[in-house]
Amino acid sequence: MVAIAEGAPPAAGDRSLLARRATWGLVALALLTSWASLATGAAGVSLTDALARTLSGEGLTLQERIVIFEIRLPRLITGLLVGAALAVSGAVMQGLFRNPLADPGLVGVGAGAGLGAVSAIVLGGVLPPAIAAATGIYTVPVAAFLGGWAATMVLYRVSTRAGQTSVATMLLAGIALGALAGAATGLLVYVANDQQLRDLTFWGLGSLAGAAWPKLAVAAPIMLAAMAGTLWLARGLNGLALGEAAAAHMGVPVQRMKNLAILSVAAATGAAVAVSGGIGFVGIVVPHLLRLATGPDHRRLLPNAALLGASLLVGADMLSRTVIAPAELPIGIITALLGAPVFLWILLRRRGVLDL
Amino acid sequence: MIDASRLTVTLGRRRVLDGLDFRAMPGALTAIVGPNGSGKTTLMRALTGEIAAEGRLLLEGEDPRKLRPWQIARRRGVLAQFTRLAFPFTVLEVVRLGAEAGGQAGAGATARARAALARVDLAGYEGRHYQELSGGEQARAQLARVLAQVWEPVGPEGPRWLFLDEPVASLDIAHQLQVMELARDYARAGGGVIAVMHDLTLTAMFADRVTLLQEGRVAGEGAAGEVLRPELLEQVYGCPLDVVKLSDPARLIVTPRTGPRAPRHALADGGEIVPEAARPARSG
Repeated sequence: MVAIAEGAPPAAGDRSLLARRATWGLVALALLTSWASLATGAAGVSLTDALARTLSGEGLTLQERIVIFEIRLPRLITGLLVGAALAVSGAVMQGLFRNPLADPGLVGVGAGAGLGAVSAIVLGGVLPPAIAAATGIYTVPVAAFLGGWAATMVLYRVSTRAGQTSVATMLLAGIALGALAGAATGLLVYVANDQQLRDLTFWGLGSLAGAAWPKLAVAAPIMLAAMAGTLWLARGLNGLALGEAAAAHMGVPVQRMKNLAILSVAAATGAAVAVSGGIGFVGIVVPHLLRLATGPDHRRLLPNAALLGASLLVGADMLSRTVIAPAELPIGIITALLGAPVFLWILLRRRGVLDL
Repeated sequence: MIDASRLTVTLGRRRVLDGLDFRAMPGALTAIVGPNGSGKTTLMRALTGEIAAEGRLLLEGEDPRKLRPWQIARRRGVLAQFTRLAFPFTVLEVVRLGAEAGGQAGAGATARARAALARVDLAGYEGRHYQELSGGEQARAQLARVLAQVWEPVGPEGPRWLFLDEPVASLDIAHQLQVMELARDYARAGGGVIAVMHDLTLTAMFADRVTLLQEGRVAGEGAAGEVLRPELLEQVYGCPLDVVKLSDPARLIVTPRTGPRAPRHALADGGEIVPEAARPARSG
């Protein structure tokens, strides 16, 4: 517990002050990891040198300008946004399903979004030129969003009855959805041409290496809008923790809230998958740690998850770039190494109460 | 006032409520009693809008189905039979959700949550994790949450309402008494209380009005003494019963019977137990 220096001490059981303080700590953490991420890289460009030269009026070298502004900065911003989007999607989905194990990556939403993205890459070429021109660079993220949305809808319909979600049904339906989307994706890969195969492989690794300004210009607004939308959900998700009926009795417009939650999760996950491929477990680990530390109130959980998710992914990306530099480890490997044990740990702790 | 007429609810092929009329006044505790499957909880759910029902339904002259969710939440709180909580909230955080639904925020919500917890004898439990409480403590914490939502029995829009579905089912006898007193006080202060009850003895002690249901219809309606008659109860519940009147006219004991009818008993305090059914049965 944090020592309280000023003001009235919070009432016992009241963690709102703790959660608010955590927000400031997490802002500092995000700034710190951002700085570190900008400062490290295979090219050996030093951020402090560059900064010192800028301040002394000497100006940056061409190499510094390219490495910092065209490679590291878009990659950093992509990492921040994707990490935040994945963590917030996880928290919202867990609130919606009333279960800490729900995660877009695990229950087939990520796979659905992936199928959407792969369809767009492979079938994009056969689109009528008029449509292709109209959708342009939005095709892949929009297709990923549609795929994620369809998967979330199916999952929710299958696993939720009368407002109660069966954990077993949800996880099993997620496996089935993932397999189905995987099979369809495999089929598309089979018919893809060489150039498309290169695109797909690159994309499918789950990596921020493809980060670039044009991609970001498309995906960033989607992720930001989806995350902003979830702020409206926080109170409703709190009510939903008591069940749909109780939430309705407490004045939550349950159906509208669920629709918005599904839409935001699909948009945020779709956009994240479109720019970075499948990166798993961020959506499970981050909300879970925050609930342990500062409680499950979604009004604090969602913004804090965004901050911690952003820091976590940028940190993981730094690791992925540096452990075997100058080569890169796919970031999905690092997040899975961190996340899978946490998932197992939650499962073990809840084994007694799971109705599996 | 709650005024429902010709309420009909069909679940699958079964008519759970069959053109039922129901009225309840603020300032009174109205109990809904009846055997399992008679439609008590369904009536409660229809009255709170949780399930769709045909028929007319007015809450203080307005159709609650036409109010916005947050408006209804300020006018009535609903305690369900069971509530499962999904995440590790503390007791205070759970109850504060109710206070916030009632329009409180920040320190005001926390203060009201603490007051509501004290009201259900859970002062000092604020920092405990809800999921670590016993069943009866959880039930009282949920009652505190509902109470915190409609704390003042009368609001600017008029009387507020408490809907309680078996509020004492999991409680020990002392807390049964406390919760029923709490409900009665809420009604005395001008609010309305509708409670689904199983314990007919507690019902007689606390309910101002009783509605007895049988297969989705009203089998009896009126003051406790009028409805809790042995012949009516035996017919509705389908088992032999004694209704024992105590010297205090508001108190009677309803007890199932296996052997012959109970003889007269003398009470320790000089009162007399008179099994009502032991009196000569009226013909017809």
